[in-house]
Amino acid sequence: MNRLFHLLKPYIITLIVIVLVWKGLSSLLSKVIFPAPEDVIGAFGLALFTKSFWFHFMASGFRAFSAMVIAWIVGFPLGILMGYFKKADQLLSPFIYLTYPVPKIVLLPIVLLLFGLGDLSKILIISLILGYQVLVTTKDGVKSIPKEYLKSIHSLGASNWQVMKEGLIPAALPYGFTALRLNSGVSVAVLFFVESFATETGLGYLIMDAWGMMAFDEMFIGIFGMSLLGVFINEIVNLLEKQFCPWFNSPT
Amino acid sequence: MLFVSHLEQKFDHQAIFQNISFELKADDNLVILGKSGCGKTTLLNLISGMIQPTTGTITLNHQTIRKPTSDIAFILQNFGLLPWKTILQNVELGLKIKGISRPERKEKAISILNTLEIYNRENDYPGTLSGGEQQRVAIARAYAMEPKLLLMDEPFSSLDALTREKLQDTLLSTWQKIKVPYILVTHSIEEAAFLGQKIAIFSGKPATFSKVFANDFSGNTNYRNSDQYYQMIKKIRSYMEQNW
Repeated sequence: MNRLFHLLKPYIITLIVIVLVWKGLSSLLSKVIFPAPEDVIGAFGLALFTKSFWFHFMASGFRAFSAMVIAWIVGFPLGILMGYFKKADQLLSPFIYLTYPVPKIVLLPIVLLLFGLGDLSKILIISLILGYQVLVTTKDGVKSIPKEYLKSIHSLGASNWQVMKEGLIPAALPYGFTALRLNSGVSVAVLFFVESFATETGLGYLIMDAWGMMAFDEMFIGIFGMSLLGVFINEIVNLLEKQFCPWFNSPT
Repeated sequence: MLFVSHLEQKFDHQAIFQNISFELKADDNLVILGKSGCGKTTLLNLISGMIQPTTGTITLNHQTIRKPTSDIAFILQNFGLLPWKTILQNVELGLKIKGISRPERKEKAISILNTLEIYNRENDYPGTLSGGEQQRVAIARAYAMEPKLLLMDEPFSSLDALTREKLQDTLLSTWQKIKVPYILVTHSIEEAAFLGQKIAIFSGKPATFSKVFANDFSGNTNYRNSDQYYQMIKKIRSYMEQNW
């Protein structure tokens, strides 16, 4: 219980500050556009017990997590290969660094043309954005691994695969997780964008639909839901990191 | 045992060292003494099989060394422990690479850790240990592999004076219990005089073994406080001052 409170404490404090600022703004502006926090929080509390909210939440969650998994599966091994093998780096770097500055979201029309309007194109565009971050961060991370670690594994007579398994992969994991965590906000933002068209599921749809109908209470429920999803993603990455990199935050 | 014959190493057509030949028997040890940057680490890298010599051969038990092998354990200057592995996993690593089963390697690893006086720290991470403890774990990892030869690259240079002396004692007593020949490189005359049965002075440009001192008293009880120890230090220092 204490641990749960410790985990939630920063979020609770932040929420209180947001609610206070919000209350101030709502008193100054029109309540139709900017409903009072107690009204929205009450409505959000009730929404948590509705199937409809969780239906949209799960639809968004599925897209976000699928995108994270794809980004990881592609970006992490490629980052390791490029960080460790000079030839892989020389071969792939021009392509990566030429395309890296292109805002991936502008590729959305092409992705839609190729993969249709369904979930696949939405997932792919998020995973494209996340994947680049995972790849570049992992690659830079692998390059910064002290050479003596790999030398010590090599000196034990390890094969290349054993060096990879015992050294490179565990050493690179924290970099991959950091990329995921830092970009969880970006993935939720892109999720909102891709759910605002050609779908009737997801929190992005919920927000835009409510906005179109001027149902501002409901719109805020969607916004709260998106924030909740962002927190979930962040905490899941934290849990994965604790599980797979227990040494990373161990006392020294 | 180990035969090193006419070893020469060049980088960018420039010889780093040349004409290195020596033999190490099963109950021998050799300390190579030289200043920083003279190629001592490169020489160990060659003997370990991590790099190939420009010319010359290295054979261990009649097998030419062409790549790293579990027969040769290498202790690095900064211990080379992997921070993402527990103490036990670090010590087990060489055995795991050799393909030894999990129960067997655990038993061996704990036994050698206890020999080196590391108790009940198996599940801790290296970052939680002191420098001296980390180096003892590195020594344990090397011995756990049951190597035929142990290489050490300035293994105690980052430790404070007392810890260094304690670990030198530990190394000698472990060597007397588990007779694995070792080659240690250092730039400390005191360390060379204490640990080396043979002390090779590695100097010149390109470097070579300019002088080899025999040191029969190394390993004797209370050697560190004996006249022989101080005489040996004096002898080496005097030679080095004239030929450095």
